[in-house]
Amino acid sequence: MVIIKTLSAAETGGLGSILGGLLQAGDVITLNGELGSGKTCFAAGVAKGLGIIERVTSPTFNLINEYDGKLPLYHLDVYRLASPEELEDLGFEEYFYGSGITMVEWAELVEQYLPAERLDIFIEKQQGDDNLRILRIIPRGVRYNKLVEELMQRVCAGH
Amino acid sequence: MSVTILSVETSCDETAAAVLVDGTTVKANIISSQVDVHRKFGGVVPEVASRKHLELINHVIREALDEAGINFDRLDAVAVTYGPGLVGALLVGVAAAKAIAFGLDIPLIGVNHLEGHVSANFLSEPEPAFPVICLVVSGGHTDLVLISGFGQYELLGATRDDAAGEAFDKVARVLGLGYPGGPLIDELAASGDDTAVPLPRSYLAEGSLDFSFSGLKTAVINYLHRAEQKGLPINKADVAASFRRAAVDVLVDKTLFAARHHQTGTIMLAGGVAANQLLRREMACRAAREGKRVVYPPPLLCTDNAAMIGCAAYHKYMRGDFAPLTLNAIPNLPLGQDRY
Repeated sequence: MVIIKTLSAAETGGLGSILGGLLQAGDVITLNGELGSGKTCFAAGVAKGLGIIERVTSPTFNLINEYDGKLPLYHLDVYRLASPEELEDLGFEEYFYGSGITMVEWAELVEQYLPAERLDIFIEKQQGDDNLRILRIIPRGVRYNKLVEELMQRVCAGH
Repeated sequence: MSVTILSVETSCDETAAAVLVDGTTVKANIISSQVDVHRKFGGVVPEVASRKHLELINHVIREALDEAGINFDRLDAVAVTYGPGLVGALLVGVAAAKAIAFGLDIPLIGVNHLEGHVSANFLSEPEPAFPVICLVVSGGHTDLVLISGFGQYELLGATRDDAAGEAFDKVARVLGLGYPGGPLIDELAASGDDTAVPLPRSYLAEGSLDFSFSGLKTAVINYLHRAEQKGLPINKADVAASFRRAAVDVLVDKTLFAARHHQTGTIMLAGGVAANQLLRREMACRAAREGKRVVYPPPLLCTDNAAMIGCAAYHKYMRGDFAPLTLNAIPNLPLGQDRY
């Protein structure tokens, strides 16, 4: 696990953008954190890093937003699901085990359906500072260990 | 000779079908989901899935025809929402409409969901004085649209993060109000002081017609957290009123700015949040001061429905703008750029 602090929404998005540049087909990323923690802000950064020009907005209402970049990006938000089983009705296998990149907001709500190998990101707000965010990034599996290593190299090199 | 169109809408949660004659007479307007059902599920919508649409679509279409008192043979065309929306949900409606068009050998009309929302206004205002500015504001959209004529749309601005209706729902949730958030905040806000809680209004860059509601949502959450930590009492009505005021201020300011800039005399509202009392009142009041008028559909036609799709389809029918049977669902379909 690595822990990264960001001091503004722009920095959170910037970190997402660095990660987006490192992603490969089939990668799955989960985004966890309370309302207003910056999940969609981070996701918009990832999209930018993937070369997606379209504006990335909250997928809460639509449940799944699709974007075309260097790779297809599927942006899921399961906040609105009544039960985890509804993910089956949405055809989640096609996203999790397909050839695009999948990002899932509120993923902890559908834990049992997530692939064992993935990148988990937890975003936390800190008391006393409205702009500070703590991101805990947890790789699960060999591919994601390597991904986090690459990410930290870029972050430490300052881009 | 009159034109009878069956229209189908399955872009998100609602399975809906309608029958319209000549684009303005609504013979039937069937919407499957009920808010009462949603309440039982603790504030979230159960009918999210394409599988649910599949179970309901034939019944909803049948009911629409029955209520209109007609059978399939009376239809002149069939219309369907083919985007934007959830792909699996859209596909159910598109497949049903294509099958009907093929089976009856009648034209198929593909409608953009946003064009449908805008067109809900044409049901009560069949001959608007173009150009018109329309604010489409709902759980999934916050869009400013310039309408130069039927079928001539230009998207002037949209949300960069959360839709306005989504902000209402999420603030209602953190206030513990339940679902749906819009009407509950509206109700509570009526007894609150809208200057009690200082909240930010996000206007983005000078002259920008884009919206941002994520910061406002987060500011409400931060306010509640801070009050909780300090053990201060929270007046929910004041929070609801202050939040609603902040959201409505930005919606009205930007819409009026667009109307002035494009010299339009009429402003239309559409989408679920168009039912918000303060938004209607403020928009009408401030537009009147500038000699502009505001129109909006009745509440049932503000939220997702198929009658609005039928109205948009009628104008396409008159233009001969038909879709081929290869019509596909397009989840990120932009407004004014049909793809078929």
